[in-house]
Amino acid sequence: MPYFGSEEMVKELKRALSNPNVQADRLRYKNYITKVIRYMTQGLDVSALFMDMVKASATVDIAQKKLVYLYMCTYASDKPDLALLAINTLRKDCADPNPMVRGLALRNMCNFRMPGMTEYIEQPIVAGLRDKASYVRRVAVLGCAKMHSLQPNTDIDGTIVNELYALLRDPDPVVVVNCLRALEEILKDEGGVVINKPIAHHLLNRMKDLDSWAQSEVLTFLLRYRPRSDDELFDILSLLDSFLQSAHAHVAVATLRLFLQLASAHPAVQADALLCTSAPLLATCGAASRELRFAGLCHVQQVMRSQPGLFGTHYKRFFCGYSEPTYIKFRKMEILVELVNDENVALVLEELRSYCTDVSPELAQAAIAAIGRIAQTYSEKCLDILTGLLALKQDHITSAVIQMFRDLVWFCPQSTAAVCQTVEACVDSPQDSEGKQALLWLLGEHGDQISSAPYVMEGYIDGLKTELSSAVKMELLTASVKMFLCRPAETQDMLGRLLHYCIEEESDVCVRDRALLCYRLLQRGVEETRKVVTGPKSDPSMSVLTGRQEEPISQWASTFNTLGPLSGCDLCPQTAVISAADQPSSSAEKELLPESTDVTLSSPDDTEEEISLSLGPPLSHETFEKMWLDLEILQRQTMGFPRPRTALDTLQAALQLVKIQTLAFTPGATVPWKAYIYTRSTGTLILAELLQGDQHAPGIDESLVVSVKQQPVNQHAIRGFVSILKGVLGDVW
Amino acid sequence: MISQIFILSSKGDHLIYKDFRGEASKDSINVFYEMVTALSGDQTPVVMSHKDLHFIHVRQGGLYWVASTKTNPSPFTIIEFLNRLAALTKDYCGSLSEKSVRMNFALIYELLDEMVDFGYIQTTSTDILKNFIQTEAVSSKPFSLFDLSNVGLFGAETQQSKVAPSVAASRPIMSSRGEQSGKNEIFVDVIERLSVVIGSKGVLMKSDIQGEIRIKCFLPTSSEMRIGLNEELSIGKSQQKGYSSAVRVDECRFHQAVKLDEFDTFRILKVCPSQGEQTVMQYQLCDELPCAPPFQLFPSVQKDYVNRVLIFLKLRCDLPPKSTALNVSITVPVPKGSVSMSQELSSPDQTAELQPKNKALLWEIPRFPGGAQLSALFKVDVPGLSSASLLEVGPVSMSFELAKQTCSGLQIRFLRLAPTQTGLSQRWVRYVTHSDSYTIRI
Repeated sequence: MPYFGSEEMVKELKRALSNPNVQADRLRYKNYITKVIRYMTQGLDVSALFMDMVKASATVDIAQKKLVYLYMCTYASDKPDLALLAINTLRKDCADPNPMVRGLALRNMCNFRMPGMTEYIEQPIVAGLRDKASYVRRVAVLGCAKMHSLQPNTDIDGTIVNELYALLRDPDPVVVVNCLRALEEILKDEGGVVINKPIAHHLLNRMKDLDSWAQSEVLTFLLRYRPRSDDELFDILSLLDSFLQSAHAHVAVATLRLFLQLASAHPAVQADALLCTSAPLLATCGAASRELRFAGLCHVQQVMRSQPGLFGTHYKRFFCGYSEPTYIKFRKMEILVELVNDENVALVLEELRSYCTDVSPELAQAAIAAIGRIAQTYSEKCLDILTGLLALKQDHITSAVIQMFRDLVWFCPQSTAAVCQTVEACVDSPQDSEGKQALLWLLGEHGDQISSAPYVMEGYIDGLKTELSSAVKMELLTASVKMFLCRPAETQDMLGRLLHYCIEEESDVCVRDRALLCYRLLQRGVEETRKVVTGPKSDPSMSVLTGRQEEPISQWASTFNTLGPLSGCDLCPQTAVISAADQPSSSAEKELLPESTDVTLSSPDDTEEEISLSLGPPLSHETFEKMWLDLEILQRQTMGFPRPRTALDTLQAALQLVKIQTLAFTPGATVPWKAYIYTRSTGTLILAELLQGDQHAPGIDESLVVSVKQQPVNQHAIRGFVSILKGVLGDVW
Repeated sequence: MISQIFILSSKGDHLIYKDFRGEASKDSINVFYEMVTALSGDQTPVVMSHKDLHFIHVRQGGLYWVASTKTNPSPFTIIEFLNRLAALTKDYCGSLSEKSVRMNFALIYELLDEMVDFGYIQTTSTDILKNFIQTEAVSSKPFSLFDLSNVGLFGAETQQSKVAPSVAASRPIMSSRGEQSGKNEIFVDVIERLSVVIGSKGVLMKSDIQGEIRIKCFLPTSSEMRIGLNEELSIGKSQQKGYSSAVRVDECRFHQAVKLDEFDTFRILKVCPSQGEQTVMQYQLCDELPCAPPFQLFPSVQKDYVNRVLIFLKLRCDLPPKSTALNVSITVPVPKGSVSMSQELSSPDQTAELQPKNKALLWEIPRFPGGAQLSALFKVDVPGLSSASLLEVGPVSMSFELAKQTCSGLQIRFLRLAPTQTGLSQRWVRYVTHSDSYTIRI
């Protein structure tokens, strides 16, 4: 922060510090030093005072020493030559009879981040490692790590590493933990500190002596230890059992993570551990500190991915307090949606209903979205609430409700009639573009059931000139074409006007192109258009009552108790709302695509029923590799043509379109060329390898060979998958 | 591991900045402040990332307490550490405010220097730290009579002579070497946070108590202290309800230094308190309050004429007659577009105002004796009122403080210091219940 007149200030301080009268008066002298530190904190550059501050370090007043050291550590890297002057004082202090002075000097000497420090600090550090006082040993151990970080590329000093390993047996618990930390940093390139059986058990036995910070850190180190046998595993777990209930949330959570990892082969043990920790986790969700509350909620969400029932009876704990910040309320609502069951649905809905009139529009909309998601299971109750909200006649509420109606119709076709009735009765229309799109989609898709639909749509077409959002215009085009197909007489005229305007006067290229597409499509005749435009009216892959699938614990255990769950964008509430809202409109767009790339592909063999592929959660490379090695090849087939010559991105995009995910492929024109892909279909996971130029089968050199593995086996799905794959590759080629 | 720790005022002034590892530039303070002020309401501020640097922060005393890191540490550890840092600062400086941090920055640097080395947490225990801390606290609050007469947080009442004033516990633990302020005092506070939802027909829908026993110790040396709780205290849900006199909590957790060998039979906690503030026991109780919820509301909302809503609120305090609720404030959401309000309140010390920005009216009652019933009539003018707008009135939320009162019924039977304790020491036991969230649907 460039303060006005800062140079003056520094000069004045310099004068004062070198004034012998001030130096003689200890209190005044210290006051000036304090002032220097204050300016330093504020961001003022006071490095010009280095010389005077070095002089001030020669004092018996420890408080003053500390301040000067703080100053020197900050500016040492800027003034390396001057900092060397301070080293003599510091080294002298390292031999002081008072352990506090020794430790202080050693710590600060190691904190000088400047090249060439190593030669001065090495000897004091080595001496410090053997110091009688544990305070000095703590400092010296971390000093080793600091020394290493000064010269990260030099060889590791074997004697120091050995000494640190030996100090793991130190009686002082902080020294032990510091040793782990220091070794971890020094041996970073070799994979960190080695936790072998004796060390692991030594640490486990020391757990009770450690303070909570050290405990959670040791628990994190223990994550990398693999017990040799089940007996050993259970010994370890029973030693750690009491820590699951620790009063410190960070210890309880770290213990839980260790349990989940160690007992990955024993689901019952994992479940017990989760049950044990649910109390401390719930307690953090009600903690006085908001930030802790938030962390607790995020981790509850993670646990619920595998154990949705664990917090079911505690749903009231996730009711929002009115004074809570919005980001906590969002999380709580997400959790409430997941916790809904037959018993509590009425209470939860009543609670969510009371958030819908909140003063913050974002919160109100999120609450409506939450009700909308519950509506996919309990449609009747929710429809009543949503309909009631329309009576409030507030723009943001109306818009959110209409969006929920659209999603509801898409996911639960049985509620269509009720929704259409409500939309018909609803007099005011949403004002924001998302709401407008949703309303238009509803009108277009179910125009036959909403008698006033053409008139509402006409209103939009008349107001086209003032419409700013091109997304709304696109939706309007699609919806009008759909409406034209079911109610041609009422729509023909205005559709003509709409197309004319969009083709002749619209400036947005996308809208113009869409209008042209519609126009040409209509030229091909009504039946052709109908074939292209009308798609499924509801989500074909969802049945009503399928809740979220329970994920295996291993899916999230690796990010448990890290920053991931707190900052993870995939869990962010607003993206959840948007993605839910996007879904129908994007699929509406897909309906416009030619049938060959439709989401569900019919296999060439007409006697077989359709199979549909879906993407599902992404697989990691490790999981894929493991499964690939574990599974048998079920089908190997020659595709009959070489690999596509198009760019690999195009291939990947084409596969993505039919919901086949590409995991990896060899770049360019290398031979043999390989690609690994996977997809999901009706409960099975299909993994496949595309290969060209296999040495083991020289006969079919030029052609692509596909090898399919699957879990669980479903021959029908494989046949469908191969035919879809063939289709796509053929198209791209 | 922690890269930097800094404390910022709400305006973004740098109060404390310490770089432990030299891996991130000093500029990151400004980056953080820009990020945190640019957040919209629904974004999550607790963890923010800029390039590969993560910022984790908590807000305490109106200040930002920020840690930055380049690794992926346990969020619980960092958050609890920052909270602990704030608590220690409060212990050492007496109170937590921008002013006290500014005045004691040398002391806080000293604390940080001992607490964290190279980004690793070394110790946060007051017992250990007090051996190393040399700087004396500068008390930011000059002594004033006004503070003493102020009926504040703990509702000091004059009818009982031996009640510690509310500000008595907010002073630095390390008093200056002079004897005058070095009183041997120990405060044991039972603090409960009450969160209640009452349904539209007056049915209790949710009730939840989070309680804790907190010790604030100013004794120079630590010796064992015995805290006796209600003997009939029962723990766990499974206890059958026989005599109503039993005090029950669902779950409790203790500080790891608490010895529990006499807890099962005599409900006695044994602890050697270290200087400063610490939570000895945390407990919670869900769904079954031993007493009636402290407030019942009887609302009626009517459309008066064309553009006016009549809100008549009758509020009854169900506390025992000797108790009083303090600083009661009631927030009633009103329809959007409300422009003005007139009110009829039952006594002059009450206030009410319309806050159009929050779409709410705020009714404040400084003191509300137990057993009393207050009523108020609000006439809110809303242009373009429709009958559906009445749906926007409610739910009502309340905040208040109940002094000398615990809703769970937990009491401290006795407080005994070991006889080795030299000199005269004063012991204070205080009870308070805060409303965490008290919501009444209309």
